[in-house]
This record gives sequence, C-alpha cells and structure tokens, in this order.
Amino acid sequence: MEKHIQAPLLEAEIRDLKAGDYVYITGTLYTARDAAHKRMQEALDRGEGLPFDIKDQVIYYMGPSPAREGRPIGSAGPTTASRMDKYAPRLLDLGLKGMVGKGKRTKEVLDAVIRNGGIYFAAVGGAGALLSKRIRKAEVIAYEDLGTEAVRKLEVENFPVIVVADRFGNNLYETAVQTYRKN
Amino acid sequence: MRTVNVDKVTEAVREMCINANYFLSADMKEKLDRAVAKEESPLGKQILCQLQENLQIAGEDKIPICQDTGMAVVFLEIGQEVSLTGGDINEAVQEGVRRGYTEGYLRKSVVGDPLLRENTKDNTPAVIHYEIVPGDQVKITVAPKGFGSENMSRIFMLKPADGVEGVKNAILSAVREAGPNACPPVVVGVGIGGTFEKAALMAKKALVRSPDESSEIPWVREMEEELLEKINGLGIGPGGLGGRITALAVNINTYATHIAGLPVAVNMCCHVNRHAVRVL
Repeated sequence: MEKHIQAPLLEAEIRDLKAGDYVYITGTLYTARDAAHKRMQEALDRGEGLPFDIKDQVIYYMGPSPAREGRPIGSAGPTTASRMDKYAPRLLDLGLKGMVGKGKRTKEVLDAVIRNGGIYFAAVGGAGALLSKRIRKAEVIAYEDLGTEAVRKLEVENFPVIVVADRFGNNLYETAVQTYRKN
Repeated sequence: MRTVNVDKVTEAVREMCINANYFLSADMKEKLDRAVAKEESPLGKQILCQLQENLQIAGEDKIPICQDTGMAVVFLEIGQEVSLTGGDINEAVQEGVRRGYTEGYLRKSVVGDPLLRENTKDNTPAVIHYEIVPGDQVKITVAPKGFGSENMSRIFMLKPADGVEGVKNAILSAVREAGPNACPPVVVGVGIGGTFEKAALMAKKALVRSPDESSEIPWVREMEEELLEKINGLGIGPGGLGGRITALAVNINTYATHIAGLPVAVNMCCHVNRHAVRVL
C-alpha cells in the first residue's frame, strides 16, 4: 500500500505501517554512517549528548557525493545498514524511531525495533541520482571534518522508501524472497 | 620503440573516472532494460524502473549514478614495445584519479590506512594492476568499485574432491548470503583456479568483461548460463525485496591450478558495474 508520512515520525502515522508498504517521507532526515555513529557512541559513553535530539527522528544511512553549484546535494542513495547494527539498538532505546538504509539487520536491531515501536525502511540501492531529486536542502550539523560521513540535516519531499521491518516483527527481506524462490 | 607520455595516461584516467560514474555502458543498460520485461514481482519491476530512471537522471544532470563512486581500480595493459616517458607511471595514474574525483564531483571514499581510517580527501590511491602484453599500445581500464557489493565478495579454497558441484554451491552461497546488501540485480564475477590471489584477480577481471561476452570455453559458458538461472531462482530479486531478477550476468574466468587445490573467488558487483576502456 502507498502512504505519505511526515518526519520526525508521528505515532498516528506510523503505528499501522507494515513490511511491504511503499512510503513517501516528507520532512527532516539526519544522515549518519560508520564514522558518525562511532563518534555518537563515544559521546554517549562519555555522558555527553548527541549532535541532535533523536527523539522520533529518522536516520538515513547515507554519505553523498559532493553537490554541484546551485544544488543542495550530490548523488544520495542508501548505504548498507548492517554496518550500523552495533550502534542502532542503543539509539532506538534513546528515542530514535526510524532508519533508512539497505540490507539485512541483526536480530538485536530487529528486536529493538519491536521493543520501541520503531521502523526500518529500505531506499533503493544504486538510485542515488534519482533520490537526490527528492532532497530540497542539506546542511552539515556535526562532524564536518568527516567529509561525506558528516552528520547532515536533510529536508526531503516525497522521499520514496519501502518498509522492510516493522514493530510487529515482520521482515520483508525474509518473506518476499520465499514468494519467488524456485530452488 | 613507440613512446607514450604519461601525461596522456593521467588525462585518460581523469576522464574515464568521471565518465564511468555518470554513464553506464550500453551493454549493462540493455541488460537492465531486458530485466524489466522479465521481472514478475510488481515491486521488483518498480525498483528496476527506478534504476532506469536513475541512469537517465545521472547522464542528463552529470551526477554520479550512485553516491558510492568507488575506489578506483585501474588495469594497465602495457605493450612490450612501448616506452613510457615523462614521469612515474604510478604517479600519473594516481594524478588522473585525483583530478577525476575532484573535478567530477565524485565522492572521496578512500582512507589512507585501513585501521587509522583518515580520509585521503582525493580518492587516491587507486588499486593498479599492471600487465605486460605484446604490441605497442597501452590499454587502460578504469573500474570504480563500490563497497556495498565488494564487502559481500568471497573466496573459497575448495578441495579438488568438491568438484563442479562444490564450485556451484560456493557461488550460490555467496550470492545468497549477499542478499539485499549487494544492491541486486548484481553482476557476479568468478575466478576458478590459479592461486589465492590469482582467483581473486580473475574474479575482478570477470566483472570488467562485457555481460554479453560469454566464456570461450564451452563448459565454462554452460556453467555461466546454468548459474545465472539458478541465481535468479533464489528469489532475492531487485533490491532484495523478492523477484525473478537477482543477477544480470555471471562471468567466469578460469586458470590452471595446483593438484591439491580448487580456489574459487566470487566478486559481487551491483548493476552499476562501471568500467571505461581506452587504448593509447
């Protein structure tokens, strides 16, 4: 089913979302990948705050290519989410609601999604040029020295994603493959 | 002896880095077009159409097809009757990569040390493979390699007793394990035989071969066809979200090996199987 939702996520808009739903997100996404997650983890370990209030927010696992003049961002598709699996449960427990990436997650992450009423979306891997068109604004808000891995605040409009893992324990990567498996 | 100034190599590498990241080769594009017609899953078809649209936007707007513009892998086949003049050939290639990634708005994805992990900020160094061949030309192939799929690549040191079935199972298990992570539909490059490093290099070179070009060895060609069908029977589909099209091509290279061994390397690549070729 096709749905339109806002980010930061609203409980009323996401509580019925299920694996397989095609969703368009409008609002704010924060980017973070390997190096930014490592720094956020270290900040938490030191008892410091995160560079942004993660309550009800969505993190997009993405490191863009540089923007041409006059454009907000370069190519901007998802990176493999599993590299952030080590960090994700802690962030979900702290209030993070959504993640956008690609690829499988560990049981620990999926359990944290269920426990916190969170959601894991996939964006289409390899469609970075197309996805960049749905990003209206991009601003580095932390760890600028990390270059492409810096934390960016994105304003997106009708950003297309697919629900892969929901709070009910459904996992589209598991179920969809069964449908088309021949051997 | 023919001379080639290394400045020409720099310029060619610069241009190839940029073009390979904006424009997918016609043979790969055609594979994708044919895949759309064959895909039975509605979501799978929708994803393949998005990938087609993505290629169009990338070409028109001069924006990389994928934000992971890769680590540059450069193959240099240097004719034995060529003398390279004007400087250090290795530095000439690195300079081409440096200029291409900077001028082409490509992502700088290389860290100088694998453990200290500080970004080099110009995407150097590239990985360069040199080969001396007959003739008086220099053939340059630039293949920017993304790591979503590179990370899902595998090497298996099988036993001779594992035989053909063992090889097929190894390849299938690598693709199955890669699942959605390698951004399917994928191209699967395979190297069978040689030594540990030879198998891996053959697998990489198999990715650079056109997806339309089958092996010249009959049994290898049959294996390529059989594996493509089996891989597409895994159900992984576009984006790993279920479907008939998991791979666009399987390319296999083989080489002699030791009486005690059967190395099999599987190098995964997403549909953005970029490569540019130039002969100087």
